[in-house]
Amino acid sequence: MSNNNASNNLIIAQRAVKQLRLEASVRRIKVSQAADDLKNFCLQNATRDPLLMGIPSSDNPFRPPKSCSLF
Amino acid sequence: MTTIAMGEMEQLRKEADNLKDQITAARKAMQDTTLQEAAASINVVGRVQLKTRKTLRGHLAKIYAMHWSTDSKLCVSASQDGKLIVWDSITTNKVNAIPLKSSWVMTCAYAPSGNLVACGGLDNMCSIYNLKGKDGNVKVMRELAAHTGYLSCCRFLSDSEIITSSGDCTCVLWDIETGTQKTIFAGHQGDCMSLAVSPDFKFFISGACDFTAKLWDIREGTCRQTFGGHESDINAIGFFPNGNAVITGSDDASCKLYDLRADQELITYQDSSIMCGVTSLAPSLSGRLLLAGYDDFNVNIWDTLKAERVGVLAGHDNRVSCIGVSSDGMACCTGSWDSFLKIWN
Repeated sequence: MSNNNASNNLIIAQRAVKQLRLEASVRRIKVSQAADDLKNFCLQNATRDPLLMGIPSSDNPFRPPKSCSLF
Repeated sequence: MTTIAMGEMEQLRKEADNLKDQITAARKAMQDTTLQEAAASINVVGRVQLKTRKTLRGHLAKIYAMHWSTDSKLCVSASQDGKLIVWDSITTNKVNAIPLKSSWVMTCAYAPSGNLVACGGLDNMCSIYNLKGKDGNVKVMRELAAHTGYLSCCRFLSDSEIITSSGDCTCVLWDIETGTQKTIFAGHQGDCMSLAVSPDFKFFISGACDFTAKLWDIREGTCRQTFGGHESDINAIGFFPNGNAVITGSDDASCKLYDLRADQELITYQDSSIMCGVTSLAPSLSGRLLLAGYDDFNVNIWDTLKAERVGVLAGHDNRVSCIGVSSDGMACCTGSWDSFLKIWN
């Protein structure tokens, strides 16, 4: 019924405004700070990143180490 | 509609537009620089050349999803051959081959404990399987049914809680024990395609066919932030390893990085030579590399700080549908419509 539709649309619009108010109120930091933190995290953890640093075959569980030992 | 109601609608519309302008202006006010400028003094990462170390063979049809176990050794994959397979990625042995009631599976997940796996798809349900049952048989433990659309993604918070995203435009937090919905996260205006949980388990992000990504507070049940900018469906989403940024992959052929604290997009990963959609993505351990799977059968590796392509994983004969980097960062796993999974490092 057109009345129900109208009140539904009103409720949807009210919810949308309420949500936008919430999102508008979020506390933001400067892009310079955000960028620096991302940069620093990457640099500080670089040596611990196997895909970035490469993995020596002896330490690579997916690669059996080549050995010539005779038993 | 009454004149009074029409007036109120008009007022609400104006208020909504005002708030959207406010948000745009507030974000702009934080733009004292760009990530490109901040990273100008850093050199691009050298060429990254990963090799296929293992090929996991066994599925008989397209693979739609894969997820690493937290032990960095086992992983689970889902295929439309109607099976969930748990693999030992080092030996390539199949630890479990679980037949599914519905073969139309679109997602799978491994619980952090390693005890459970979950999957779902066009059956609109999320089925939970206990891998550590007493008699050694893997059985359905729970069927979480309530979504009115397909299950696109699921991720465990623990053995008792799981979050799902659906084609019905909502995400849901479930109590696995009781099989009931604890919280419904509504707000997206299009199918939810993907979700990722923050490293501290307090938040999750969802990407949808309304071209936006949303950050949700799990306990409050609210949407904290919404990120736009993509020009088509977002198919893949992930957290940057420090939990402060979100990376999305879209049908518009680009990936974007959004910073949660600056509340805005910081950079886009795209190239004029790439014209096909992004299907999946995963950052490396330090976040410096972004591995993204595309419809053109390749995975492109991006330097996240410099937005330059630094490598390609070419090895699949069909679309790369899923990708994951293990928790210890030692390997990347790709799953494809060619029915194979490959382990790279």
